[in-house]
Amino acid sequence: MSLAVDIHHRLGGFTLQAQFKCQPGITALFGRSGTGKTTLINLIAGLLRPQQGRISIDGRVLVDTEQRVFVAPHRRRIGYVFQEARLFPHLNVRHNLLYGRFFARHRADRIAFDHVVDLLGIAPLLPRRPANLSGGEKQRVAIGRALLSRPDLLLMDEPLASLDAARKEEILPYLEKLRDEWRLPIVYVSHAIPEVTRLADSVVLLSDGKVQAVGSVAELSGRLDLFPLTGRYEAGAVLDAQVARHDEAYGLTVLHCAAGEILVPRQPRAIGERLRVRIRARDVTLSLERPQQSSALNIFPGTIAEMAGDGGPQVEIRLDCNGAILLARITRLSVERLGLRPGLAVHAQIKSVALDGGSLGSARQR
Amino acid sequence: MLPLSPEEITAILLSLKVASVATLGSLPVAILVAWLLARGRFPGKLALDTLVHLPLVMPPVVTGYLLLLLFGRKGLLGGFLAEHLGIVFAFRWTGAALACAVMGFPLMVRAIRLSLEAVDAKLEEAAGTLGAAPVFVFLTVTLPLMLPGILVGIVLGFARAFGEFGATITFVSNIPGETQTLPTAIYAFTQVPGGDAQALRLTAISVAIAAAALIASELLARRIAKRAQA
Repeated sequence: MSLAVDIHHRLGGFTLQAQFKCQPGITALFGRSGTGKTTLINLIAGLLRPQQGRISIDGRVLVDTEQRVFVAPHRRRIGYVFQEARLFPHLNVRHNLLYGRFFARHRADRIAFDHVVDLLGIAPLLPRRPANLSGGEKQRVAIGRALLSRPDLLLMDEPLASLDAARKEEILPYLEKLRDEWRLPIVYVSHAIPEVTRLADSVVLLSDGKVQAVGSVAELSGRLDLFPLTGRYEAGAVLDAQVARHDEAYGLTVLHCAAGEILVPRQPRAIGERLRVRIRARDVTLSLERPQQSSALNIFPGTIAEMAGDGGPQVEIRLDCNGAILLARITRLSVERLGLRPGLAVHAQIKSVALDGGSLGSARQR
Repeated sequence: MLPLSPEEITAILLSLKVASVATLGSLPVAILVAWLLARGRFPGKLALDTLVHLPLVMPPVVTGYLLLLLFGRKGLLGGFLAEHLGIVFAFRWTGAALACAVMGFPLMVRAIRLSLEAVDAKLEEAAGTLGAAPVFVFLTVTLPLMLPGILVGIVLGFARAFGEFGATITFVSNIPGETQTLPTAIYAFTQVPGGDAQALRLTAISVAIAAAALIASELLARRIAKRAQA
């Protein structure tokens, strides 16, 4: 599947100008609130008509203003999971799930009802009405309903935004399963870096209605110039790692990555499982010599590849640790005291306790 | 209470028939017009809105007279309908039903339109992305969610039709057994000496039927509300 978008759309004083292609897997449309993410997927779904432009899936044109083509939403075969679930209040969960399936009944590749119900763990909810479901349950039903309509592409508009942290953790594993088992292309709108890091294969970074960058999570998260767009607080590098072993005595899990071994609090993951580890720039400290007596368990030697600062009190530094990119944010004062400059060899330290379950996501298993 | 005379029973049954036909016959049109007014964007929307609401504010006798001009035997539409389709309204019970339908129409449209405006268009969008064509979305999502408003519209329309007097008597007169409904029968009894007892009896029946309709609709609405929550 490849989705190609090239549109120009004005809404009041706001102009959305986007041109990008999505590859299979999960593509995150990432950006702060008000950057046009929802407008963009509404255009893809056909809920809005672009003033100018063209959108196609695998060459099938959905809209083309020049050719005067506009495929109605119900003929696009695009599933949509809305932020607020939008379940039909007059139908119970079972009939909500069957609603979209009815229209896909002639398709050969229809999905087994029980399979979806099992995948999302919603069997006990089937006879209930949406009004009696929790936010997380509603969202799971909405995902199931969209899946059963057998879409070629699934759009998800911040499906976790209205949920608290615990409910998010409840749904994220289902989304990871969806990505790994179903190979369904998904466009996932989010402004939350942790979600994007865990789920996305590639990222389309939007700002002020324009596409600022397109690339893999690791590529974009390692770019210092995008920091102002992704938000400094959560910004950090993403490393690909694999579970090496568990240290039961101390309750730790040891991960392997290009930079070396990473120790994190014990994770319920199988040995050999591939993970993504997001290491926030603010959790990384630098020293010139290898620290001898430090409480930090993770120490990686590396060289400074790039430094970026706007003259403010903080400086962002990109490190190359044996091919793995690591980001550090330290004070300008420290930079001057240590005489840090590109090319210098340093040691990066990361506290293990800074890396919790929220920093780790399943990578696509190979 | 004394047993009802055959004449009175005829008037009651005719009233029920006229009001039922008027209500159910105009319901689909009322839903369509409510939809046009709530969702439609077309030139002349204000004109349609005004036309629909006119019977509510005009003197009923004016409505009845206009119906007579339009649907009378020699009227603009009446002649055509009688000649080509064999449908006659003038001085028939069907004419009474037409008059009642026109008078009840604004109330029905109002109630249905309000309920339609309360339906979340986002749910309709969601149905569309699941593959439902617009007509199907309307039948499976919009209409069920409008149901309480439609019920209210039916009750209001029925009550208005059941009590209609002015337009009916102007359009189709007051012919016992053909166009004499409950209100026109009461009017007739009050015009003859010694008809007070009969008028009073029919008045009581009229009150009872109206109250029964209101209670029935309230109970139905409660059941629907309960089902939506369950």
